[in-house]
Amino acid sequence: MCATAAVCAALAVGTGAQGIPVVPTIARPSTATRSAGARGFLQRWLILEPIAVPGQLSDSAVRTTVSRDYFPGQLTAMPRDGEMVTVDGKPLEWHAVDTTNYNVNLFHFAAGLKKPTSNVLFWTVTIVRAPQEVPDSRLAIGSNAASIWWLNGQEVISLFNDRQTVIDDGVSKRVTLKKGVNVIRAAIINAGGATDFCARFLDADARPITGLTIDLAGISR
Amino acid sequence: MRMRLTLTAALFLVVRVWALDGDVGLHDPSTIVRDGSRFYAYATGGGLPVSVSDDGWTWRRAGNVMQSLPDGKPGAEVIARGGNNTWAPDVMKVGDKYFLYYSAPGTQPKSAIGLLVGKTLDPSSPDYGWTDAGPVVWSDGVEDSNAIDPGVFRDPANGSLWLTYGSYFGYIRLVELDPKTGKRLYPQRTPVNVAINSEASIVIFRDGWYYLLVTHGSCCAGAGSSYSIRIGRARKVTGPYLDRSGIDMLQGGGSLFLGSSGRMIGPGHFGLLDLGDGIQKFSCHYEADLDRGGISVLDIRPLLWRDGWPMPGENVAAGNYRIESARTGTVLELAVEGVPVGGRRGGPRGGGAGGRSGSAGPGRGDAPPPAPIPAQEAPQVAANWPAGGIDARLAPYLLQAQQHWSIMPATSGGGYPGSPYFRIAVAGTERSLAATSEGELTVLPAFTGAPEQLWRIDQLADGSFRLQPKAVPGAKAPMALSAIGASSPTLERVDAGADRQQWLLRTP
Repeated sequence: MCATAAVCAALAVGTGAQGIPVVPTIARPSTATRSAGARGFLQRWLILEPIAVPGQLSDSAVRTTVSRDYFPGQLTAMPRDGEMVTVDGKPLEWHAVDTTNYNVNLFHFAAGLKKPTSNVLFWTVTIVRAPQEVPDSRLAIGSNAASIWWLNGQEVISLFNDRQTVIDDGVSKRVTLKKGVNVIRAAIINAGGATDFCARFLDADARPITGLTIDLAGISR
Repeated sequence: MRMRLTLTAALFLVVRVWALDGDVGLHDPSTIVRDGSRFYAYATGGGLPVSVSDDGWTWRRAGNVMQSLPDGKPGAEVIARGGNNTWAPDVMKVGDKYFLYYSAPGTQPKSAIGLLVGKTLDPSSPDYGWTDAGPVVWSDGVEDSNAIDPGVFRDPANGSLWLTYGSYFGYIRLVELDPKTGKRLYPQRTPVNVAINSEASIVIFRDGWYYLLVTHGSCCAGAGSSYSIRIGRARKVTGPYLDRSGIDMLQGGGSLFLGSSGRMIGPGHFGLLDLGDGIQKFSCHYEADLDRGGISVLDIRPLLWRDGWPMPGENVAAGNYRIESARTGTVLELAVEGVPVGGRRGGPRGGGAGGRSGSAGPGRGDAPPPAPIPAQEAPQVAANWPAGGIDARLAPYLLQAQQHWSIMPATSGGGYPGSPYFRIAVAGTERSLAATSEGELTVLPAFTGAPEQLWRIDQLADGSFRLQPKAVPGAKAPMALSAIGASSPTLERVDAGADRQQWLLRTP
């Protein structure tokens, strides 16, 4: 397993801060595209290195944190792997990652980069190609901790307060998954401890949609 | 041994908001049968009075059965075998015909059970009318049987048709019927005795078991009636029917299914009402409804199943509840920022993982114990709730005001078998749960009585509840409240097997 350049290098050290072996669960994508898994989980994402924020997780605090403009196009632009943005005068890099699990372990991601994992905001985005339009579908996510999610520019899920990742915790109202490119974007705030997320789409009968392709180069820039 | 007295004074109009509405004064009801969109029940009384309901909640009288017969009374052979009275009928649709069995007692135990055959239950239909098919079974006044109180049963295992009957003079008996005619299939055979010292018998079936429900105790004495519904079960329709203690109902066995409780005294005459989609109910009458002056009334209640035995469920009572998903354990709440009961505590972590500051643990020395924290009420915290429609969501239960719902019957909203439609509002507010045209949920600032704000709440076989809006704008099929995510409720098409549509109503 090969992690992203920086993450892999860090994880290759083999131990975490307290001498506990770190199990890498993320890797640099080695294929152009990736299919949603058998259970429909989206396992390829672009993740921005964490932004230090107050670890407040109430409804209003999360809204306040996420509504701030951190970098240009944070709700519209499609980043590239390795692209840099500047937040509060600090350069932060976007990393393309695959996860070996159903979930994306942001603690592994940040710890591997020697970045903070507590009191942080993660921005993440992915692109899903649907072979045909899927009406009455739903985005279904779990996150540790609070998070807000957008599908094709529309906010569809918000979860507040300290919480663990539970599969299908936050489920959007009915949405139409467009034929072709669909952009999923999320802001995830962690106060302390572990942090991760998972995401998939459900069909009209609440069954996972598996016929999707994740293609981070799906939008021309 | 007792002799039943003919009821004359118990049948009059009483209207109230709770526990079936309209004219529900009746005695010895038949199984409730649905024909088209209406529900029908038949009962003891002159000519066999007919009760009809458009929704199973509000009932009205619709004449009597014998009006459609040439002489307005049982046929001559029925009267000859039994007598001129018309009591305790039961009815079932078999093929394209309705078989209506009724008691025609003379001087008990000389009695007969007659059969009427009809095409429809709707008195306004041009096809309406009953044909006398004569007596089916009878008792001669000497034998250990009193041929009244028919209960008809269709065996889903093989389609065979059976009749149980009897009342205190000896045995409850079972005979097989011909599904084509409704008469006895083997009239030469000796009836099978299945129980003793009871009446109002009927058989139901589930998961390989036949259940014999009977009524014990005395009837027809108002609040002094000791009627109770008893039960045993068998692997064969012919018995032996053993109660929960293993006592044969032929030897006096019969576990209590339903006795007197609350303001209702003397339940009897069980009837199964299977509404489909996983909802079963049962009908019965109470000898005395104390809230209706002690008259005998019809009731419909949920039927639950536990450990292989049916149990009486409870129709939802008005009150404040938390609405908890049986699937996720999270509760329905107004999607507003919650305030911890007693106010915010702790440090600046704001609920971050591991935050333990502010807790009052051991080591407080001689300090007096902290004062109790009062319950949180909506007026304490609602000032910051947004106006207008607000989403509903699911969350861990923290005893907060936005998690408590007032469930109250909606006046003039109509109903469904056993209950009126309900209004579901955040307790202490007018904010009412409603369905949207997108098949989702919203909480509106006020209750208007619109169909999308009226809720049907049915108790399911396991004791959980299904909540359905009376109408979802544009929806083609009934929809139910669903915990599609641990934090996300929605409305989905009714699915009897979906645990996400099962809810627990708990007092806060």
